[in-house]
Amino acid sequence: MTTSYELASRQLLAPVSIGEQEIDRLLGELCAHQLDYADIYFQASRLEAWTLEDGIVKEGSYNIEQGAGIRANSGEKSGFAYTDDLDFASLLSAAKTSRAIAASGNSVTVPVSLRNQPALYQPVNPLDTISRENKIELLQEVEQHARAQDPRIQQVIVSLVAAHDSVVVAATDGTLAGDVRPLVRMNVQVIAEQKGRREQGSAGAGGRTTLEFFLNGRGLELAEEASRQALVNLEAVDAPAGMMPVVLGSGWPGVLLHEAVGHGLEGDFNRKGTSAFSGRIGEQVASPLCTVVDDGTLEQRRGSLNMDDEGTQTRQTVLIEKGILKGYMQDKLNARLSGCQSTGNGRRESYAHLPMPRMTNTYMLAGEQEPDEIIASVDKGLYAVNFGGGQVDITSGKFVFSASEAYLIENGKITTPVKGATLIGNGPDVLTKVSMVGNDLALDAGVGVCGKDGQSVPVGVGQPTLKIDELTVGGTA
Amino acid sequence: MSFDASAKQAQLQSLVDTVLNHARKKGASAAEVAANSSHGIAATVRLGEVETIENTADNGLGITVYYGQCKGSASTSDLSEGAIDEALTAACDIAKYAAEDPCAGLPDENRLAKEWPDLDLYHPWQIPVEETISIATACETAARSYDERITNSDGATVNQDEGVGVYGNSLGFIGGYPSSRQTISCSVLASENDDMQRDYWYSTARDASELESVESIGRRAAERTISRLGARKLSTRSAPILFKPEVAAGLLRNFIGAISGGSLYRKSSFLLDSLGQQVFPEWINIHEDPLKPGGLASAPFDSEGVATSARDIVADGIIQGYVLSSYSARRLGMETTGNAGGVRNLTITPNTETFEEMVAALDTGLIVTEMMGQGLNMVTGDYSRGAAGFWVENGEILYPVEEITIAGNMKQMLMDLLAVGNDADYPGSIQTGSWLIREMMIAGE
Repeated sequence: MTTSYELASRQLLAPVSIGEQEIDRLLGELCAHQLDYADIYFQASRLEAWTLEDGIVKEGSYNIEQGAGIRANSGEKSGFAYTDDLDFASLLSAAKTSRAIAASGNSVTVPVSLRNQPALYQPVNPLDTISRENKIELLQEVEQHARAQDPRIQQVIVSLVAAHDSVVVAATDGTLAGDVRPLVRMNVQVIAEQKGRREQGSAGAGGRTTLEFFLNGRGLELAEEASRQALVNLEAVDAPAGMMPVVLGSGWPGVLLHEAVGHGLEGDFNRKGTSAFSGRIGEQVASPLCTVVDDGTLEQRRGSLNMDDEGTQTRQTVLIEKGILKGYMQDKLNARLSGCQSTGNGRRESYAHLPMPRMTNTYMLAGEQEPDEIIASVDKGLYAVNFGGGQVDITSGKFVFSASEAYLIENGKITTPVKGATLIGNGPDVLTKVSMVGNDLALDAGVGVCGKDGQSVPVGVGQPTLKIDELTVGGTA
Repeated sequence: MSFDASAKQAQLQSLVDTVLNHARKKGASAAEVAANSSHGIAATVRLGEVETIENTADNGLGITVYYGQCKGSASTSDLSEGAIDEALTAACDIAKYAAEDPCAGLPDENRLAKEWPDLDLYHPWQIPVEETISIATACETAARSYDERITNSDGATVNQDEGVGVYGNSLGFIGGYPSSRQTISCSVLASENDDMQRDYWYSTARDASELESVESIGRRAAERTISRLGARKLSTRSAPILFKPEVAAGLLRNFIGAISGGSLYRKSSFLLDSLGQQVFPEWINIHEDPLKPGGLASAPFDSEGVATSARDIVADGIIQGYVLSSYSARRLGMETTGNAGGVRNLTITPNTETFEEMVAALDTGLIVTEMMGQGLNMVTGDYSRGAAGFWVENGEILYPVEEITIAGNMKQMLMDLLAVGNDADYPGSIQTGSWLIREMMIAGE
């Protein structure tokens, strides 16, 4: 079987006549300066997107992105340059620019050797496995299915994206590794109208696989889900304002973990002491019911990677175990400076961006409670099952996430739907208020995008149903 | 840095021309091509030491082809012949699968810019990296030495960027110009007791000589950070809200989103059919000036070659015009407003003098300096966001607040605008003073 590395280097390096000899020379040039570490990241990606609107597929687009980024580290310093021209002269010039971060010296080059790695997804090109006719048919089928849900569904937009990303990483620590990363996604957005009131619903799914993922009913399910949400929102009343018990549904509401604790546990912030979680390893930061992990090894998941963007194999990292803070997510630079090992969380948006510690799939392990019992335990509170985005200030620890589908809980029962509202809390103490954890762990459907320092990467989140004894709900009522 | 803007512009113009020719040869009935190339360097200094030196060099080419009313698009960051050919072939192929859209197509020929002034957008800085580092160092030092409670730093960054953009279409339009942008930013942390806070300040301009001084940027970053120490929550209540310019600009941007073609023709705006309607109090005027010399968002023609011109978007509180491209205009049965690519340089007329006057007018209420999360439902106007700022009683700023939300409906918020200050001091292409809004719901403890 052809490995991901062989495929990636065949697609990326062979056409520009870059082989191991050239890579060795470039690393040698980098090593001529007093660096602690340097790497070269080659990337070629293709992305195809289709959008159906007003019942017709009125546009499609195709994007090419390719180039190489060369980074040099000396102490805490990083020098970085990149080129979209993959000829040797351009690469050499980028290497010389980035190594200027440190003075010249003479260090030893470590020969690179190929790493074995798992195959959490197939090295396929998802742009090609189904024809353009079939992509368009799929979009139309999903659109018609959404409209067929209810006559109140007025507006339907369906989009389909397939991306094929090949990367090769070579580094002065001996790393030579490659990966071929497919990524697909479908989104359905609808607007429902009733007596002059308009409300929206949306649903999406995807993963590191091919577009066949949407063929056996999954696309249709998204149409049903988006329509269902819009119809629920037509009945929504003003959301309550104030502090109250909040029950979060399983799956996508795990965006809570991503914002409240995930970012604050990234190695760079903690090395620099800028996170509200800095220096708190071993301390209680959550109730004993909470165990939170970051796991890049889940098959075909949107946030999964066979290797991170520094060539490190991904793994499961326990962040919080039974309420105790266990560890941070590290890339190579921050691991070296903090005296630990990379956890395989070194990620970058593209060759034109510097890597940094980023999440992969972040989720809370299941507890023992039945979801019904959790709802029944609340007298008066909020049950939130779908969310838009979130944001965190990692220094003060304050985070928000915005509910797009939520209900009142009254006397232990889910009652009236309420309008979208932002929930706000403090990362280091919100999980200490988790008093019940469900047995229904679910991961999100595969639509997460995480932004940090202007760089976007695909991520996953997940959690079981859980109850937070008090959280501020930003409604108007 | 070696970047020859005029040579680059000539090179990109010839590239655009070649690609347009190739599109024609592939049978496209119309085509448009945009190419850009930029070059820059960003140096970050943290705790007095260099942290990163990033050399940026970005290229891009975007192609749209039409076969009758069918459209296909492609783009590439690699300007090699092979990549451009692959992109063009893909765009043509996609167009063959796309359905006919009667509104698709190039702009009307008579709306294309014929000639245009030099808008004074290109002032390359081109200082050596050592000097960039010393500027960043001075800025961070100004922040760190401001107060002993400034205990940590996210660093100061000096960014110099210059580039050229060219747009051409098969109606014979081709135009391009160089531009530059220089930015200095600084972010520091303060701590006191168990509280840790972070804030920032920055300055950005086409011409480095127009940047705020490094001492001032550093000092303001520090002041803003210190002022957040000791923040409390508030109890849930409704109160008047004073949005500082840095967050008021976001409200103005939200308003523009609601009157933009894409939201309107998709009927996903809370301001449908608002043309000619009163949506603000009658003393509000909002002006767009795309031709402002040296402006951060200035452009002599929009992203499809349509000539831009100054106009009132809102006069006497009434919407005078939407924000449209050729496509969205056709969808709405209207004419383009020259806004393909967005609005360019917005100002709102103030009706109040100083920020202090506005605080006095607020009397008892909340000053908002930061908002978190998205929180606007564009279809309904429902608005709910995380907020931080200061609590004011009887015109006196009492203490910083955090971990609260503010909520309302945007349509009502616009009508409830009581005052706009002349204290516009936040950098960006949307210039507004603070906004005083009659009342919103605050959720807290």
